[in-house]
Amino acid sequence: MNKLSAKTRITLTAPFTVWMAVFVVVPIGLVLFYALTDASGSFTLQNLSSIWAYRKTYVLSLELAFVATVLCLLLAYPLAYSISKMKARRQQTMVLLVMLPMWMNFLIRTYAWMTILEDTGLINTFLKSFLSLFGFQFQGFSMINTNGAIILGMVYNFLPYMILPIYTVLTKIDGSVIEAAKDLGADGFNIFTRVILPQSVPGIISGITMVFVPAVSTFIISKLLGGGMTFLIGDIIENYFLGNTGEVNYNVGAALSLVLMVLILISMGIMNRFDGEKDPKGGAPV
Amino acid sequence: MENTIIKLKNINVSFDGEQILKNLNLDIEDKEFLTLLGPSGCGKTTTLRIIAGFLKPDSGDVVFGGKTINGVPAHKRQVNTIFQRYALFTHLNVFENVAFGLRIRKRPEKEIVKSVREMLELVNLKGFESRDVNSLSGGQQQRVAIARALVVKPKVLLLDEPLGALDLKLRKDMQNELKNIQQRMGITFIYVTHDQEEALSMSDKIVVMDSGVIQQIGTPIDIYNEPVNAFVADFIGESNIVDGIMREDYVCEFSGHTFKCLDKGFRKNEAVDVVVRPEDVDVVSYEQGMLRGRVTSVTFKGVHFEIIVDIGGFKWMIQSTDEQFVGDNIGLYIEPDAIHIMKKSEYSGLYGDFSSYSEEFDELSDVNAEPEEVQDE
Amino acid sequence: MKTLSKVYNFLVFVFLYAPIVVMIVYSFNGIKSRSVFSGFSLQWYQELFRDSVIMKSLYTSLLIAIIAAVVSTVIGTLAAVGINASKGLAKKAYLAVNSIPMVNPEIVTAVSMMILFVFIITRINMFEMGFGTLLAAHITFCIPYVVLEVLPKIRGMDSNIYNAALDLGCPPAKAFLKVVVPEIKPGIVTGFIMAFTLSLDDFIISYFNSGSSVQTLSVTIFSMTKKPYSPKINALSTLLFAAVLIPLIIINLKQDKGMQKKKKERKQG
Repeated sequence: MNKLSAKTRITLTAPFTVWMAVFVVVPIGLVLFYALTDASGSFTLQNLSSIWAYRKTYVLSLELAFVATVLCLLLAYPLAYSISKMKARRQQTMVLLVMLPMWMNFLIRTYAWMTILEDTGLINTFLKSFLSLFGFQFQGFSMINTNGAIILGMVYNFLPYMILPIYTVLTKIDGSVIEAAKDLGADGFNIFTRVILPQSVPGIISGITMVFVPAVSTFIISKLLGGGMTFLIGDIIENYFLGNTGEVNYNVGAALSLVLMVLILISMGIMNRFDGEKDPKGGAPV
Repeated sequence: MENTIIKLKNINVSFDGEQILKNLNLDIEDKEFLTLLGPSGCGKTTTLRIIAGFLKPDSGDVVFGGKTINGVPAHKRQVNTIFQRYALFTHLNVFENVAFGLRIRKRPEKEIVKSVREMLELVNLKGFESRDVNSLSGGQQQRVAIARALVVKPKVLLLDEPLGALDLKLRKDMQNELKNIQQRMGITFIYVTHDQEEALSMSDKIVVMDSGVIQQIGTPIDIYNEPVNAFVADFIGESNIVDGIMREDYVCEFSGHTFKCLDKGFRKNEAVDVVVRPEDVDVVSYEQGMLRGRVTSVTFKGVHFEIIVDIGGFKWMIQSTDEQFVGDNIGLYIEPDAIHIMKKSEYSGLYGDFSSYSEEFDELSDVNAEPEEVQDE
Repeated sequence: MKTLSKVYNFLVFVFLYAPIVVMIVYSFNGIKSRSVFSGFSLQWYQELFRDSVIMKSLYTSLLIAIIAAVVSTVIGTLAAVGINASKGLAKKAYLAVNSIPMVNPEIVTAVSMMILFVFIITRINMFEMGFGTLLAAHITFCIPYVVLEVLPKIRGMDSNIYNAALDLGCPPAKAFLKVVVPEIKPGIVTGFIMAFTLSLDDFIISYFNSGSSVQTLSVTIFSMTKKPYSPKINALSTLLFAAVLIPLIIINLKQDKGMQKKKKERKQG
């Protein structure tokens, strides 16, 4: 099968090649083209320079996504670890339980949090009636429409993407490696920090990417849980293309997308550095 | 020759600029058990794939029953293959695996049932018809693969290291069984292996290959007794290979001693390679020895002792049923018929000295050595 | 330590399931409130089925998901076979292109395709944003997942299985269908299911590429979230959740049975 003739290979991949060229490669080229031209199609750097006005939005998006990613990692690792230690049958069930919420529509899941967090929502209603029993007058927390609510929405929506890859690498760690570490005199803490954690780095990295990328570019979570008060970079891009609250300008929109793409590529480059640290030449980090 | 069923003419193959087969010529006779023997990467599997039609040679002809079949695709050739890891269809049960070729040929159901049953009986798998092939042991899967290939009545069966994955004991049994099947079916077997013992015990004819070139073709006895060069002598069994000089017909000189031998036809004083099999050397007292040396290591091997003797800096291996001790000085006696003379070749000096570890072992301690990739498919 | 981790796991799952439970409970609420529960009722389900906009968008979503899954599975499977057989630069290029839609933020993928469609439409006025553009966009983001599901299965397959079929007289195309496809079927099926659910679940790509004439369910839900609260949305989510949950449980039970059966056979063998 891996000795197919060149003709067969090209025939098999032809539909893929054509499709991906037209709908993936050309569009990326068009983003670049639009970002570097004005409405009349002539070259300009205006779009890119106009992005400076959105620097705070970029920073905020990166900030919120960063916090959400860190929280996801902290929440996910212990869970993934304890699942990986369970019996095979139970592991299967737990993984299913982690995945199940992802199968519910993303919008609906986020919308549900509105119900819970609102000023007249579940938490506040509960607290109010609970405290009034003791004669307290409780005004209620204002939780919705805050950055905290946006972060919560990100963590909630993307947590499974962090749990699953970490869980997968943890299950792949060869049990005899841990026994070897024990044999060489490592205690539980040492085994974790010197064997398990380093070996789970690839899972952590892919988890971080899978959480960070959608978090930094979201516009739904900020719309629903930020109440349209907080604009993230996704919201700005959306506006430039669909013009819900402002002018439509594909060129600026394309420039914003381009910068977002580059920022993410840079972040991922930095991430992969971490993974690359144990490259053969340098030896394992001590 | 009238009896030739397959003829390979001037076959050349290269992958990624590396030549795998170099101008290979080979005649295969009808109904013979022919073995392609060589180390991994020697081109034996490539040769098999060319016969099967999975691979097109860069140049050269494949002739089958007198007709050139270069352009005939694999599925139209009258040869069938037993693959290294069996390549059973895991989505089909035993019966359907064996029936596969017959169904492709659209044979009537009755005939299919009958032929499959017969075949399963031949390979001792009666009653396994409805079993899932994944639930079978390696040996059983092997039998299914054999039945699947034979049921379509090929003229030639190609076997690509079919016993490689089996453990030693089962392998021996299967060797006998395969030989039996070959004789009962009366068809040609072309068998690929890197196991010289397997080749010697099963084949009518052995083709020894190395680096894409046929080194020697002959019966197992010929190949063992009359290797043409140091490579063949070393690959087939253990050999002491030393530099010698042919003084005249039937007289040669090596290790500082002149011996009688049975070889002739060399130039006067021609430099040659001399092969002496370890089991053909007799240990005698120091004084009586034609060659004399000191024992440097003794290993007990069960039926015999493997003794390494240092003779003038060259380490000889001797197999003897008498125990010797390290540090002893002993003499060696060699009969004329134990000596085999070979022309010098590119392999001269590479093999046949037991003073060092094997090349593979040396590589383990070499920081820069790349792990060898199996290049044999 | 054990109890601590159990409590911890429990809390994480509470976090993951709380909103879902809330959605489901309030879908049966007798009154139109998001905080007070008063009496069990199915009225929101009745209203849901009477809502022609929702029903129409559900139909659109299902239709798109089925077509996108079929097309992307065919393209992706063939491509995976070809990519697996490729080497060096060609293989790297295939895999790089394949990873673009997966690595890129969805919104960038979405707007890049939107730019493409608008670019073409403004030059040749032959079609407009609608079902066609929506479908093309869905197929595009589904293909990479199919490729990635099928590729490891082909890599893990004994390549001689295909040769064995040829060897027994099967012509190449037939050998592919009769032997290779069954061998890699688990990957193809998973790829298909992934494509189907990704398409069904997608909002961002659809939001930018559907134009004003068609709406997928996600887009409809989005517009509902912007309107005053209606428990219809809860009823809809509950049904969708059940639609996912039930087949998933069935598949799982089936797998268990299959595994037990295999174990039994091994024991006998």
